[in-house]
Amino acid sequence: MNGAQEALLSVRGVSVRFGGIRALDGVSFDVEKGRIVGLIGPNGAGKTTLFNCLSRLYEFQEGEIRYEGRSLVEVPRHGIASLGIGRTFQNLALFRTMSVVENVMVGGHCRTSTGYIANMLRLPSVKAEEAQLRAKAEELVRFLRLEHVAELPVGGLPFGYQKRVELGRGLISDPKLLLLDEPAAGLNHEELDDLGRTIMDIRDRLGVTVLLVEHHMSLVMSISDKVVALDFGQKIAEGTPAEVQNHPDVIRAYLGTG
Amino acid sequence: MTTSEATAPAAPVAKKGPNAIGITIFVLLLFALPLLLPVVLPLLGGIITLKPNFMIFQLTLVIIYAIAILGLNIVTGYNGQFSLGHGAFYAIGAYTAAILMDKLDCPYWLTIPISGVVCLVVGFLFGLPALRLQGHYLALATFALALAVPQLLKYNHIEWLTGGVQGIVIIKPDPPFGIKAINADQWLYYLALVVACIMFWLAINLIRGRLGRAMIAIRDHPIAAEVMGINLTVVKSMAFGISAAYTGVAGALGAIAIAFVAPDSFTIFLSISFLVGLVIGGLASISGAIYGGIFIQFIPNVADAISKAAPWAIYGLFLIAAVYVMPTGAAGLIKQWQAKRRAAKQ
Ligand SMILES: Nc1ncnc2c1ncn2[C@@H]1O[C@H](COP(=O)(O)OP(=O)(O)OP(=O)(O)O)[C@@H](O)[C@H]1O
Ligand SMILES: [Mg+2]
Repeated sequence: MNGAQEALLSVRGVSVRFGGIRALDGVSFDVEKGRIVGLIGPNGAGKTTLFNCLSRLYEFQEGEIRYEGRSLVEVPRHGIASLGIGRTFQNLALFRTMSVVENVMVGGHCRTSTGYIANMLRLPSVKAEEAQLRAKAEELVRFLRLEHVAELPVGGLPFGYQKRVELGRGLISDPKLLLLDEPAAGLNHEELDDLGRTIMDIRDRLGVTVLLVEHHMSLVMSISDKVVALDFGQKIAEGTPAEVQNHPDVIRAYLGTG
Repeated sequence: MTTSEATAPAAPVAKKGPNAIGITIFVLLLFALPLLLPVVLPLLGGIITLKPNFMIFQLTLVIIYAIAILGLNIVTGYNGQFSLGHGAFYAIGAYTAAILMDKLDCPYWLTIPISGVVCLVVGFLFGLPALRLQGHYLALATFALALAVPQLLKYNHIEWLTGGVQGIVIIKPDPPFGIKAINADQWLYYLALVVACIMFWLAINLIRGRLGRAMIAIRDHPIAAEVMGINLTVVKSMAFGISAAYTGVAGALGAIAIAFVAPDSFTIFLSISFLVGLVIGGLASISGAIYGGIFIQFIPNVADAISKAAPWAIYGLFLIAAVYVMPTGAAGLIKQWQAKRRAAKQ
C-alpha cells in the first residue's frame, strides 16, 4: 500500500532563518492522503517551526509548500483552516475563559458563515447554524470523553484535558490534514495508549490525514505509516518506522554526538 | 478512545442562557418606575429630596450611559482592545443628532439610528488602521481621538454647522400622539429605555453567537483565533465599529435628553468615565453596563453631597473602595453571591 499515493501536502526545500539560526534548512517531504506521518527530531530540530510555516504563522525564505496542489503562500493566515488544515499547539493555545464546548465551537468558525446583522437579530438561520455546531461540538466532546467538564472554563482544567480540548477544536472543522504538535506531552502510560488509539480512530473513522510531531518514540513508531526525522533544521531520514529507527544519523542525533 | 464510557457527570451544570424571568421582571419594573416614583418618593419622607421629574431625568442619563458602557464593553471587555476615546464617539453621536434636528428638521427619533450608523462607519474606519496597534499604543491613539474631537467641534470653519463653542440648542420633544398622561421627562425616559432594551438584546445575541465567540477568542488568544480561521482585521474592526455605534446611539439620546450639545460636555473626562463605569460594572458582562451607568451618574453627586470642598477626593475613595470590594466589578460580585446562594440551596 506504499505505492503511488497522492500527496496531500508536499514540502519542497523549505528554509526558515531567525537571524543567524537556520531553524529549517531545505526540508522536503510529502504527506500522503490517509496516512499518519510522524515528524521526529531532538529539541530545537525545527518541528514546530515547520508547523508554523504550514499555519502561515512564520514566513519561509526559500522553498515551497503545496497543499492539494496549491501553494500556501497565496493563502492568508485565517484562510488556512477553511482549506482543511487543522492543528493543535505544543504549548496550549486555548481560549481560557471559554468553556470546553465553546472552545471546540470556535474551531468550527471557518465552517459557519452567518453575518453580523443576522447574528444580532438572531435570525432562524443563526439558530439553526448554532444548534448544528453545538451538537457537533458536543459529539466531539463525548468522543474525547470530556463531557463531565463540557461547560467548565478550560483555563482551570488539568493539562491533559486541555490537550484533548485542543484536539476537539482541531477536529470540528472536518480537516483533511491534522497537525498534532506533541499531543502526548504530560500523559501517563495508559493515557498514551489511549491517545494512540484516538489518533488511529481519527484517521480511520474520520478519514483525516495526520502529521504528528512527538517525542514519545513508542507512540510515533507504533502508529505512523511513515516517519520523517529532522535535526538542526535538516531532514536526516525518511522512511518506515523501522528504517528511521535504525538509521545511523537518527541514532546519532538522539545520542547527541556528531 | 473508542467508546465514550459515560463518566459520572458530577461537575456542576453551568447555567445556560440568560435568566429570562429575572430579566422580564427587571424590565417591567423599569417601565413602571416613572409612575411609581411620584408615589414612592414622598413616602421616603425626605431621605431623597429630589423632585420626581429630576430623578427621572437622572435615571434617563443612567440608561444612556449604560448603553455607552455596553458599547465600550463590546470592544474592551469582549474583544480586549482598550479605548480611551469613546467620549469622541459619544460626541459624534450627539452632534449628528443635534445637527440633523437643527439644520435638517429631522425627527428626533430618526436621529438615533442615523447617529448609530454614522458612528459605526467612523468607528470601523478608525479601527481599521488603529487596530494594527497593540495594547498601550491603541489606548494612546484612541486617547488622541478623544482629545481631538472636542477641539474639532470648535473649529472656526465648521462653526456654521456645529455652533462653535456655543454648541446647539435643541427643542425637547413632547410625548408622541398628544399623550397627556406622561410629561416630557417621563417620555424621554421611556424612549431611552426602549432603545436600551433593543440595544441590550442585540448585544446579547451578538455575544452568544459565532461572532461573539470570535471576539472573545481574539481577546483570549489572537494567534489561535486566526489559526481557527477568524479574520482578525475584520472582526476587530467590526467590534470597534459596533462599539462606536452603541456609544453614538447613547450620544444621540443624550443630546435629545439634555436638549443641548456643546464641545465642552465631551472632554476626555467623559471617555475616562465610561472606562470607570466599565470596570466598576464588570468587564465582559452585559449587566455590568447597568451598574456602571449607575456609578458614573450618581457617585459624583453623592461625593458632592458629602464634601463640597473636595468632591473628587471622595469620588476617588468610592472608586478605590469599589475596586477593593468588587475586584471583578459589580456584576462579578453579584454572580459570586448568586453562586453562593445556589450552593447553599443544594
Ligand atoms: N520565533 C522564533 N524566533 C527565533 N527563533 C526561533 C523562533 N521559533 C523557533 N526558533 C528557533 O528555531 C529552532 C527550531 O525551533 P522549533 O521550536 O521549531 O523546534 P522543535 O523541533 O519544535 O523543538 P521542541 O521539540 O523542543 O519543541 C530553535 O533553535 C528555536 O530556538
Ligand atoms: Mg516544538
